[in-house]
Amino acid sequence: MKYIDEFRNIDLVRKLTELIYKSVIHDYTFMEVCGGHTAAIHRFGIPHLLPENIRLISGPGCPVCVTGTEFIDKAIAYSKMEEVIICTFGDLIRVPGSISSLENEKAAGADIRIVLSGLEAFEIAKINTEKKVIFLGIGFETTAPGTAVTIKLAEKDNVKNFFLLCAHKIMPPAMEAIIKGGTNLDGFICPGHVATITGSDIFDFIPGKFNLSCVITGFEPADILQSILMLVRQVNRDDPKVEIQYNRAVTHEGNILAQRHLSQVFEPCDELWRGFGIIPGSGLRLRKEYEKFDAEKTMPVNVKFREEDALCICGDILRGLKTPEDCALFAKTCIPEDPSGACMVSNEGTCNTWYKYRHNE
Amino acid sequence: MKELVIHGINTDIMNDFISLNHGSGGKLSRDLIERVFVTRFGISEPLTDSAILNDSGFTLAFTTDSYVVDPIFFPGGNIGKLSVCGTVNDLAVSGADPKYIAASFIIEEGFPVNDLKMIAESMAEEAFKAGVRIVTGDTKVVEKGKCDELFITTSGIGILKSGMEYLSTGGLIKPGDKLLINGPLGNHAISVLGARNKLSFSTPVTSDCASLNHLIKRVLQNCKEIRFMRDLTRGGLATVLNELTGMIGMGITLNEDSIPVDEPVKGLCEMMGFDPLYLANEGKVLIVAGAGEEKRVLDILRSDPLGKYSEIVGEIIPDKRKFVILNTSIGGKRILDMMSGLQLPRIC
Repeated sequence: MKYIDEFRNIDLVRKLTELIYKSVIHDYTFMEVCGGHTAAIHRFGIPHLLPENIRLISGPGCPVCVTGTEFIDKAIAYSKMEEVIICTFGDLIRVPGSISSLENEKAAGADIRIVLSGLEAFEIAKINTEKKVIFLGIGFETTAPGTAVTIKLAEKDNVKNFFLLCAHKIMPPAMEAIIKGGTNLDGFICPGHVATITGSDIFDFIPGKFNLSCVITGFEPADILQSILMLVRQVNRDDPKVEIQYNRAVTHEGNILAQRHLSQVFEPCDELWRGFGIIPGSGLRLRKEYEKFDAEKTMPVNVKFREEDALCICGDILRGLKTPEDCALFAKTCIPEDPSGACMVSNEGTCNTWYKYRHNE
Repeated sequence: MKELVIHGINTDIMNDFISLNHGSGGKLSRDLIERVFVTRFGISEPLTDSAILNDSGFTLAFTTDSYVVDPIFFPGGNIGKLSVCGTVNDLAVSGADPKYIAASFIIEEGFPVNDLKMIAESMAEEAFKAGVRIVTGDTKVVEKGKCDELFITTSGIGILKSGMEYLSTGGLIKPGDKLLINGPLGNHAISVLGARNKLSFSTPVTSDCASLNHLIKRVLQNCKEIRFMRDLTRGGLATVLNELTGMIGMGITLNEDSIPVDEPVKGLCEMMGFDPLYLANEGKVLIVAGAGEEKRVLDILRSDPLGKYSEIVGEIIPDKRKFVILNTSIGGKRILDMMSGLQLPRIC
């Protein structure tokens, strides 16, 4: 397949691996921020190819994993209302809330539908005019523009039964929180899809302020290995900067149109990240002129939420301080079919990926 | 005061309600079957595709399956063809010669009679091709909204040569035995997904839905060292391999490079985040052959239109941990686990 096979070419992979082996001179710790990278790294067995002194740790870039319990509880509360259809990305459906999950509520009769985009939810709203359709907006700069466009369409078509329960987030403040939280890092494998929208410049503060290397990375094995090589070389030269490995998609300025939609519909807000707490300026909320589409503003719900499992260390895992193997619940009571923490739920979650690809190895 | 939810050590993955995940063919399905049915029905034999029954000097294979595929017509077949192929294949992989099929139809009020005729027609055609007879059946009609168009349940009886019981359980498998599959994976699941209009583009993928009994018979007649067979339906190759390692207490290595997957299927998997190794097939069989016999099996498979793209994909290894290890296409390694939860509901 074009643009895939070339980046999974075994000769290329071997060459890159050899170069990495030749370049390493001490220990390195890099964080892949994006859950897509975590999944690719394990799916292709990349840790197996790397020298032992390169440590890859997973960051907070799985939107499902960082979505707070309270958000799930609210979605469940809405799903129990009469005449409400909840539309959600499939990954979210199994995430445990305080006492239930959307999946359990669906099985018990709530009208919860899996969609691939906000636009699909919008179409459901248009043909179910007697119902209130609530789209669960999660994801980073990658999915948020799609939600923004959907909101604009709802405004244009004067659709009155479409609402957003919003947990969209932006990445740079979370990366800053990780650095400030004391995670010991040499550099970031930066999220390629986020950067496609935002441009690479938004990461400039990381080498500038914190002296850490950044390489914006694609999602195929050769992409990831080349980026690791670029990071190793940056660290060796002690010359931290933002480099673009994923240059077939990423530019300095990014997708201006998508950015415009984002800033027209959303404004930054403080946002709760599972495992991190509130990170200032890391969330997106609807601007005043679009507030009528905000589910929480137009039909507020009160949820009493219970603390996550006391033994669950998703928070430390998301900050790169611990790995799933440090967790007492991992692969014992916390398994993909019955996750205790969010990192076990999504395909991109660190614990889920470790469980699938590595546990007991 | 905040309450804490601490889970007990024995995980109970059964919830209060059946969720779609219980129908995925993966861990939850197995859990449902074992905890709700097997214990109550007092079944002590291993859970294989067909029950093997010894009675009055005959060895019979007996199987049943329900079909709820959505949509009922898809490229390469329909629910009727699927119901015959599925039952024929369950019998054939047990080493049995499929003979008789019973078919029950649950029909939703308002279902077009012409569609039903078409479906019955393709069942008859497929039964003829497979050399089985549909000998009994039942129909029930339910009010609109009480079922989705049409559900079919088929049961089948086949005759087993005595001494072939090991084929279902893999009792003769040894380290060094080779794994073969008869062609590219995932076509059925992707064709159904494409037909479901969930995608905003059309897929050129056709279901592999086919009766494999003649192909399997040829292999069994010409090769002595066939140790195990299983059709690769719900849960796909990965799930079947994990069930197999669980049964035999050995490990498996699988070579990603040698596993055939058609380009359009690959493309869709990339886009949708599916793994073809977990996708359902309706005309694919895993064969475990004794070391040294694999080339012969491969030649026989490849000489048949239903096995033209057969490949040797892996090997049985001694491994007490019972892992299925995938050598990835780029030279890495990873564990291939059983599917937990579901990739796609209602594909068969």
